[in-house]
Amino acid sequence: MSEAKKYPAPVTNPETAAFWDAAGRGKFMIKRCTACGEAHYFPRAICPFCYSDKTVWEEASGEGTIYTYSLMRKSPSGPYAIGYVTLKEGPSVQTNFVDCDLDKLKIGQKVKVVFKPTDGAPLPFFTPA
Amino acid sequence: MTIKGKAYIAGIFEHPTRHAPDKSTAQLHAEVAKGAIEDAGLSKDDVDGYFCAGDAPGGAWPMVDYLGLNTKKLRHIDSTETGGCSYIIHLGHAAEAIAAGKCSIALITLAGKPRTGVMPPRAAGAEVDFESAYGATTHNAYGMCAMRHMHDYGTTSEQLAWIKVAASHHAQYNPHAMLKDVVTVEDVLNSPMISDPLHRMDCCVVSDGGGALIVTTPEIAKSLKKPQVRLIGHGEAMKGPRGGKDLDLTYSAGIWSGPRAFEEAGITPKDIKYASIYDSFTITVLMQLEDLGFCKKGEGGKFVADGNLISGVGKLPFNTDGGGLCSNHPVNRGGMTKIIEAVRQLRGEAHPKVQVKNCDLAIAHGTGGLLGVRHAASTAILERV
Repeated sequence: MSEAKKYPAPVTNPETAAFWDAAGRGKFMIKRCTACGEAHYFPRAICPFCYSDKTVWEEASGEGTIYTYSLMRKSPSGPYAIGYVTLKEGPSVQTNFVDCDLDKLKIGQKVKVVFKPTDGAPLPFFTPA
Repeated sequence: MTIKGKAYIAGIFEHPTRHAPDKSTAQLHAEVAKGAIEDAGLSKDDVDGYFCAGDAPGGAWPMVDYLGLNTKKLRHIDSTETGGCSYIIHLGHAAEAIAAGKCSIALITLAGKPRTGVMPPRAAGAEVDFESAYGATTHNAYGMCAMRHMHDYGTTSEQLAWIKVAASHHAQYNPHAMLKDVVTVEDVLNSPMISDPLHRMDCCVVSDGGGALIVTTPEIAKSLKKPQVRLIGHGEAMKGPRGGKDLDLTYSAGIWSGPRAFEEAGITPKDIKYASIYDSFTITVLMQLEDLGFCKKGEGGKFVADGNLISGVGKLPFNTDGGGLCSNHPVNRGGMTKIIEAVRQLRGEAHPKVQVKNCDLAIAHGTGGLLGVRHAASTAILERV
């Protein structure tokens, strides 16, 4: 089901273009502030914690654990699992869990990033590690 | 400066419709405006402040014109948009404007028709490329909250079901309620799973309709015939994942808006006789009760069980009109009807079967947006004078 699903292409903008360029090369990027040291997601030019503009791109491990999820059973395009992953690097990201038995997902489960194509840049999803 | 006691709710009106395919959205706004103005015993030309949110077609200026408000007199306009709790925020803002002398008779309207047709989409935020593809909806966003709350605190589906059971006990007395049948915990658990762990009966109804309020000065309120109900405390707040660092879906912005309102009112949750709590889903109520301090964080499940929210049975009667879970959810926004039922309770105008005895202090609390993503919350503490 998830293989057949068509995902919308990101619109992108000057602030986030580097994220999508990297996604096209299979890299999952986060931003880190060199002033306060904190990583964040989704990427911003100005650090949301200390307001420094000294934020830099960093390739993330793509590994994390499921913080929470919900299996949406009533959907015209078929069931899907939405959730949040807490990345090894700290930030939590919203995502869908794909390429797995959705009934077996568990909070705390280890997952890794996987990209799915769109008509534009590919989108990051997560699957059991 | 405080708004405590500076503003009174002098007029309320809840549209009786739950399905309005033959009316326009602007027309519903006009009907609820007329209803609230008449309830207060005022006239349209007395209104000098107007408040509306994202459901008002075109925003404030087309609405002011359509409603035929007296533009020579109208001197305060506010179109704060925070989803379902917009109208609770408007109530606080109206009190601030009245206290500052910026207006004296404020009209707040809500109306729309999501049961008749699809609602217009909200404009995208900065997060759009990083979230929109994942299909966050109200159901699964609140499902994610419930899933984590169960994980952290052992909250059960049976406990959540008690919230729907209590709402249904109240809705049986509301002739306008969409769902009037009393249901059991088993009924809720046996209803189809929509988005784990929320069943169909954990979800509110979808309805057309609306509501309106008139907020005014103490002097004007005292000159009118209705029982006097005043705002004595108000709070508002927002919460989101903030760069992914602050993600904790077990609490809401109510954890901030609630204490702000209670502090201003100078009372505690123990003093509250009746609670209107936004019930988009059962989990919404459970989290809000914890966040507002009616019980400790994590103990909401125990607090709502065994009929504790049923009027005449439990310690904290809630949503005695049947709420969003059973009565209505106009425009997918529950804040307005929460205020209206609280005012009915304070006036002694609730249905006799659910009227709380000696109801002198009530709370109306709501959230807007998605608790599982980013949202606002607002709390109003109301007192019968």
